[in-house]
Amino acid sequence: MKRSNRKRALWGWLFVLPGFTGVLVFYLVPFLDVVRRSFLNAMGGGFVGVSNYRSVLENEAFRLAARNTLRFALVCLPLLLLLSLVLAVLLQSLLTLPARQHPGILKAARLVKSAYLVPLAVPAASIVLLWRLVFDARGLLNGWIHSLGGEGADWMHTGAAFGVLVFSYLWKNTGYDVVLWLAGLSAVPQELYEAARVDGANRVMCFFKITLPCIRPMAVTIIIISFLNSFKVFREAYLVAGNYPQDNIYLLQHLFNNWFRELSMDKMAAGAVLLSMCILALVLLLEKSWNGAGRE
Amino acid sequence: MKKTILRAVTLALLLLLALLTISPLLFLASGSLTGGGELSKSLGPILYGGDDYAGWKLLPLYPTLRHFVEVLLDSPEFFQMFWNTVKLTAGVLAGQILFATTSAWGLARYRFPGRRQVYLLYIILMMMPFQVTMLSQYLVLDRLGLYDSLWAVIWPGAFSTFSVFLMFRFFEGIPESILEAARIDGAGEFAIFLRLGLPLGAPGILSALVLQFLEMWSMIEQPVTFLKTKSLWPLSLYLPEIGLEQAGLALCASCLAVLPALLVFGIGQEYLEQGIMAAAVKE
Repeated sequence: MKRSNRKRALWGWLFVLPGFTGVLVFYLVPFLDVVRRSFLNAMGGGFVGVSNYRSVLENEAFRLAARNTLRFALVCLPLLLLLSLVLAVLLQSLLTLPARQHPGILKAARLVKSAYLVPLAVPAASIVLLWRLVFDARGLLNGWIHSLGGEGADWMHTGAAFGVLVFSYLWKNTGYDVVLWLAGLSAVPQELYEAARVDGANRVMCFFKITLPCIRPMAVTIIIISFLNSFKVFREAYLVAGNYPQDNIYLLQHLFNNWFRELSMDKMAAGAVLLSMCILALVLLLEKSWNGAGRE
Repeated sequence: MKKTILRAVTLALLLLLALLTISPLLFLASGSLTGGGELSKSLGPILYGGDDYAGWKLLPLYPTLRHFVEVLLDSPEFFQMFWNTVKLTAGVLAGQILFATTSAWGLARYRFPGRRQVYLLYIILMMMPFQVTMLSQYLVLDRLGLYDSLWAVIWPGAFSTFSVFLMFRFFEGIPESILEAARIDGAGEFAIFLRLGLPLGAPGILSALVLQFLEMWSMIEQPVTFLKTKSLWPLSLYLPEIGLEQAGLALCASCLAVLPALLVFGIGQEYLEQGIMAAAVKE
């Protein structure tokens, strides 16, 4: 028995090894090298302590980018979470109808869910042209606003660019979060609702007393995943506005790209380590929430 | 009665939002069928300035396939970039089929020293945005002489830990009794992986591949950083380069770039949803 256990452990490592080697070569070892470099001088490689970190944290562009990235998350996450939860609850109320009596509604509801997911399949590069046409100062959106008697804005070259980015993020990610909320909602035991209804609770009470508490563990996961997805909004920002966009949508990835072009390896290294620390904290939080959910 | 009305209102609201969500695609499709003259007239205010605003007709007056012909026959660069995207995507997916399936199987089905640490490392790496790994990847690609070649995007992508994690979730759910039965029948460990693991874990593998395909098809950050030579660029970098003066051409190229992704989405939507859920929900 003991011997077969050892053999099995060996097989485990054999399976993991090819992939693990690649991870070591392309991710882990070079990252450790970056950590080392973050304490070195960019040119000669002399040890400079935390001075790279200090210069990054004092860097105007870094502060702007970090502030924007954080602000973006703080504005988008509540909006996204609320919007997708509302849509998921509405969809769920249609999806749980008895199939035999309402085949049409059920079909329509499934179609709606598919439509919400479509943006995930649309490459940012394909809509960038459309975004330019819509959000130009003389573009479609302003045309519509004008014909309704309103006053438009120069969307891409003023603070409103931030709004365009928020819209892009919501457009892209709502379907993703709806699917996640639906998974959470369908895990709520139906007996709870039946029992509550017998006790005379109405729909609104059911939602706040049963649904919300039941999907709370799911919410933590969704928040963290949505936050990590918010880094990808750089694609839209970059494609629409290039390397030096309007100040409000200058994100961390823009800064890293500019450092990369200027070959500021020291700043990049320190910036990467700082950012990785923040993400690491979030991941550990996520791990904890997963483990907590497993115990319940 | 009240219930029926409530349902109808809910459905109408959801449908309206669904229409809004897919409207960019409708615009794209209608624009690509609009003739050059009509297009430059309706987009004139953007191109040449003036007091007017750009307009858009969802149904073109004179629908034409001219721009599609132009893209497909007269733009060799479109083909080049399309082909680059295909190569990058195929390379990464092939790498994941080799490396991610085996890694995930090993982590999910065997107990060995270091397993938990490797698993945690994979989760951490999977969550890191590109900014964090950008410099480290550049350093290693430069040292290996891969910088500015398609391999610079393919190799790191092939070892993406996200797919390992997703497949792990599905492999984990296979009942041990099935594997035990095969072992008693004298099957080797590798045969068990090939004959039982791969077929039983197929939904997980497909989920990972669908998600990864969509990711690769629209990737921007990696090619922008690691591909200097323009002839190596994927479509996602080429499309924004087409100026608004060639709006018709650009709209057609955009349409053609979306199509493969929509196709994969259409076929694999079920797996896509499973993948989204498996990445977030711990059973």
